[in-house]
Amino acid sequence: MSEILSVKPTALRVERSTFSPLFTLGGVIAVAAFFTLAPWILAASWVSILSNFFILVIMATMWNLLAGYAGMVSIGQQGFVGLGAYATLYLALKGMNPFVAIPFAALICGVIAIPITFLLLRLRGGYFSVATWVVADSAMLLILSVAYLGGGTGKYMPGLLSLSPTTLNHDVYLATWFGALVVLVGTYLLLRSRVGLLLSSMRDNEIAARSAGAKVTTTRRMIYVVAAIGCGVAGAVLAVSQPFVQPGNEFQLQFAAEMLFTSMIGGLGTIEGPILGSIIFFTLQQSLQNWGAWYLIIFGSLAVVVAIWQPRGLWGAIRDRFHVELLPVGYRVKEPRA
Amino acid sequence: MTWFNILIEGILVGGFYALFACGLSLMFGVMKVINLAHGDMAVVAAYVAVFLAPKWHVPEVWSFLIVVPLFGLLGYVVQRTLLQKSIDRDPFTTLLVTFGLSVVIENLLLAIYSANGQSVNIGSLVSKSFQLSSSTYVSYVALTVLGAAVLVLGALQLFLSRTNTGRVIRAVSDDREAAQLCGANYKHLFGIAAAISFATVALAGISYGVMTQFAPSSGGANLLFAFEAVVIGGIGSLWGTLVGGIALGIAQQYGAHVNPAYQILFGNLLFLLVLAVRPQGLFGRKEAMA
Repeated sequence: MSEILSVKPTALRVERSTFSPLFTLGGVIAVAAFFTLAPWILAASWVSILSNFFILVIMATMWNLLAGYAGMVSIGQQGFVGLGAYATLYLALKGMNPFVAIPFAALICGVIAIPITFLLLRLRGGYFSVATWVVADSAMLLILSVAYLGGGTGKYMPGLLSLSPTTLNHDVYLATWFGALVVLVGTYLLLRSRVGLLLSSMRDNEIAARSAGAKVTTTRRMIYVVAAIGCGVAGAVLAVSQPFVQPGNEFQLQFAAEMLFTSMIGGLGTIEGPILGSIIFFTLQQSLQNWGAWYLIIFGSLAVVVAIWQPRGLWGAIRDRFHVELLPVGYRVKEPRA
Repeated sequence: MTWFNILIEGILVGGFYALFACGLSLMFGVMKVINLAHGDMAVVAAYVAVFLAPKWHVPEVWSFLIVVPLFGLLGYVVQRTLLQKSIDRDPFTTLLVTFGLSVVIENLLLAIYSANGQSVNIGSLVSKSFQLSSSTYVSYVALTVLGAAVLVLGALQLFLSRTNTGRVIRAVSDDREAAQLCGANYKHLFGIAAAISFATVALAGISYGVMTQFAPSSGGANLLFAFEAVVIGGIGSLWGTLVGGIALGIAQQYGAHVNPAYQILFGNLLFLLVLAVRPQGLFGRKEAMA
């Protein structure tokens, strides 16, 4: 007994970061500066690959927020990607500059998501998953029947023809990069806030969290709406980058598969995981691009294996092994070195 | 007369949805697992009937005699290996794994057999029908599928209520720990449930291939319809699934009558309406909601 009492309480330290926060901030600023200047540094082909890469990073980060942090396995986020694309198209058809329309389109997705949560959040587990899919399917079928938005054949995004191909390529890249930056920084700050704490308490023990006064349903609703806004950003920048907007392209179920596999392989419930997963996905896709659907087969099988045998994903494994956090959102108790 | 037409068409297609859905419903009832690869298993069965059965000198009409038991066996093996592994982790993992399998299966079929539409060839029988009224025709194939659905559901009901294995399966689905304490080997029973589920979905897949063209991507849409039928009818009720399938079929036919583009949308809307108003479904118990 006296031994336990003799331990000095000051011997344990509580800290967030592995490195100094200034180091993390400096690293983020350096990376951000590089990607902002990338169109002037890298070849044009690389720039368009990076555009697609950032769209995937946005989608995977949002899916990870839903499933990895809030425990909601959605297979209907492609619905908000599609709605984001079509909201941009609608605003552009009304005369707005497509690039200016991106944030507005994302907000429209958020507004649409609010009533949907009242239907979906009554459901749990697999029921929630398939119901999100039905909602996404219905959204696509509704858009298909609107002739003003091009119906089933699609429509060209107006307001982009005046730009030269090089300028368009640059602008699209910057739009996707800034979209990804805003989504990542936003998610990071959200998870460092009170909401992040709420989410971890819900994930660890929902009943205990409820009895301690955590507003579980309200928090889930908020996360669902945030994920809808994020996927709306992805859809909006996707529509500008294509720029032919067609229901079959914007509402692809394949988006759901990509965001799910990417987050799972990278590591669910970590900020770094979806980014790492996206890098793996693009490496695989680029190296197997002459092999049709095989990259998806390999990636999907890998995801199944990871889900069963390494559920914390690649980043989870790295973190457990080396105790590093690049973008820490939690706190850790550290014992002093002996 | 259009209403009569919509009703008959809805009932016929609803029988097919129920056949498709009963395996999904059983697996959910027993293991609390939603197999997101359910629709793709049906498509695989249809591909086996078209491409592999002829190689084994089985005519496509009779392919179900081989494919259905084969899929029963496959269901048992998949359950005891991959699915049991993910159930042991948590429900979350099961969803991710079955969705992953679904995408992998669809793309494998795409890589092997291309995106071309296929159909199970049963000769001239496919176009035969009889006249019910001046404007309503009933095809023999659709009627057979409806009959098969009723037969399968009835047999399943009898199996679950009258046989020893069926009773233990229900016991496990009600309270797994208690059933285990009484000596039930739940892993084996899960395997049997999966075997039944895979066998019925194989039959549904071959029926689908007879009635219409299928492609690697057909699985997803069919999973949605099956799931909608289960939820509309009520979770845990087999006859409810039949009623749910028929309700879904009628809603879709009505949608198609309003505007051909609205067929699937009206089915989805009925599903969302049921979720909003009566989330336990028409015949479901409230506590069955996961």
